[in-house]
Amino acid sequence: MSDTILTAENLTRHYSVKGGLMRPDATVRALDGASFSLRPGSTLAVVGESGCGKSTLARVVTMIEPATSGRLTIGGKEIGPNGAKGDRDLRAMVQIVFQDPYGSLNPRQTIGQTLMEPLLLNRPEIGKADREKRAREMLLMVGLRNEHFDRYPHMFSGGQRQRVAVARALMLDPKILVLDEPVSALDLSIQSQILNLLVDLQERLDLAYLFISHDLSVVSHFADELMVMYLGRPVETGPLKDVYAHPRHPYTRALFSATPVADPRRKRNRIKLEGELPSPMAVPPGCPFNPRCWKATDECRQSFPEYTGGRHSYACFHPLAKDELPRAETQA
Amino acid sequence: MAEYTAETEHGLQPAPPPGPVREFWHSFKENRGAVIGLVVFSTFLLIAIIAPLLAPYGPAQQFRDHLLQPPVWQDGGSWQFPLGTDPLGRDMVSRLLYGARFSFFIGVVVVAIATFFGVVIGVIAGFAPRWADTLIMRVMDIVLSFPSLLMALVLVAILGPSLINAMIAIAVVLQPHFVRLTRAAVLSERAKDYVTAARVAGSGQLRIMFKTVLPNCLSPIIVQAALSFSTAVLDAAALGFLGMGAQPPTPEWGTMLAEAREFILRAWWVVTLPGLCILVTVLAINLMGDGLRDALDPKLKRS
Repeated sequence: MSDTILTAENLTRHYSVKGGLMRPDATVRALDGASFSLRPGSTLAVVGESGCGKSTLARVVTMIEPATSGRLTIGGKEIGPNGAKGDRDLRAMVQIVFQDPYGSLNPRQTIGQTLMEPLLLNRPEIGKADREKRAREMLLMVGLRNEHFDRYPHMFSGGQRQRVAVARALMLDPKILVLDEPVSALDLSIQSQILNLLVDLQERLDLAYLFISHDLSVVSHFADELMVMYLGRPVETGPLKDVYAHPRHPYTRALFSATPVADPRRKRNRIKLEGELPSPMAVPPGCPFNPRCWKATDECRQSFPEYTGGRHSYACFHPLAKDELPRAETQA
Repeated sequence: MAEYTAETEHGLQPAPPPGPVREFWHSFKENRGAVIGLVVFSTFLLIAIIAPLLAPYGPAQQFRDHLLQPPVWQDGGSWQFPLGTDPLGRDMVSRLLYGARFSFFIGVVVVAIATFFGVVIGVIAGFAPRWADTLIMRVMDIVLSFPSLLMALVLVAILGPSLINAMIAIAVVLQPHFVRLTRAAVLSERAKDYVTAARVAGSGQLRIMFKTVLPNCLSPIIVQAALSFSTAVLDAAALGFLGMGAQPPTPEWGTMLAEAREFILRAWWVVTLPGLCILVTVLAINLMGDGLRDALDPKLKRS
């Protein structure tokens, strides 16, 4: 597609862990072969349980960390091992909003200083007065008031801080915004405000969002496409509606069934997965989901399934049929 | 934009919230000991500054007719020398007043040197690769493993006895504390998201180290600096007493103690008064430092 702004092919990120006296060195496969693309004005949501590599993906895409292997192309430029170092245009392309608004703002900087810093560093040609003007405009744009400019972060609530974090991310006019669980640290009522702000900004600025979350109900309101990750690998990717209506991968199905429903009378068919999430230091051979999957066969234990399907692709030897009931439901 | 300029010009902004200084003072004044310490410390500082105006005589001026004259309230004392004279007939009041200058000079210079180098090395250690960090910290451990006064003595013995050398020696001895403290604070701060955010915003390594992270590590360093001030005064006095610090006739309190040692049984005032000055100063600084710690760094609270 010509209008993609970011393409990732087989992106991996491994960390090596120094062994101790009794332990050998180990490799943590935090991200193990992720491929996806982002388009302006649309949102790709990444979901999965804790430790599945969502945040590592965010750090690689934001060029905080280099990928161990794979290709990452942003705005037509291929990202080398140096990331955005020395390339201001590239630096400005991707910005990030962190999960914890209490940790992501420098407590010793006023909101104004925080907002002006990216401009100061990347657009030194912009004068001081102009810099301040832009920062104040951005403050209004994210729904804060002009008098907040000279205040310190500790004087703000979590929601307001997250607005500041969004404003800071937008100061360089990025094309891509990585949202690393931007609302999971906030109250439910504040969450919707921030989400509305993000939707609004996306429409106005034609931003591409990489939205990382573990909250499927948030994702369902927000995303255009969905990528489900398990142990560093995407197991199912596709348009949100398709994936929701018809999950093909057993893990996706199990994840959906774990979403709480606000209706006490509705009968819930929860799929209880057995066992723990395996350590990313010792990923099981074959399909990483096989030890917990109720459909696993020998085939699954031996080789990793190829991605099949077009826009709605999945990696499974035994995809769920359209109306297939998972084991838990058939037994009930 | 027109709206906001108009707003600021007409002063429509609400009253500014309490600044960090006022917030600090509010919790500092809760601690009565700290306030007393601050008052005593300020008094001593003032005395040190205006010592030439207060002192009736020069610190080295001798009165050969009044050797070892007792203070005014004892038999043989007179108002000419309210706190008596020392074995060489010098006025104790004048010498003690001038001595305050030396103590503060020592404290300020030593703490400045130790803090500056300690903080710079500590920040570097906090950001350095593992091997460099280990190297720096092991060197600091070695320095720390010597008894501090012995280390200072050795350094002075190498450099030669003088007040400046004594100050350098004390600074070297104190500096590892700052390194450890700074490094620990840096390690906990640098993992936070705002540092990553600054990096994503394009900050270079130096800017991250000294502009983003360091200001957030300052509270424990300030406290350590205040408490080190008293250590510096005390160590300088000890070195002076051992003849390795300020040399006679400098009216440094520790040196005064050393000079008067042999008269301790005959003339208590020549020994007691400088000792009391040291005691009160150090006590005041420590009280103040404790208050600072409680106000700036609730995490470090001891009680």
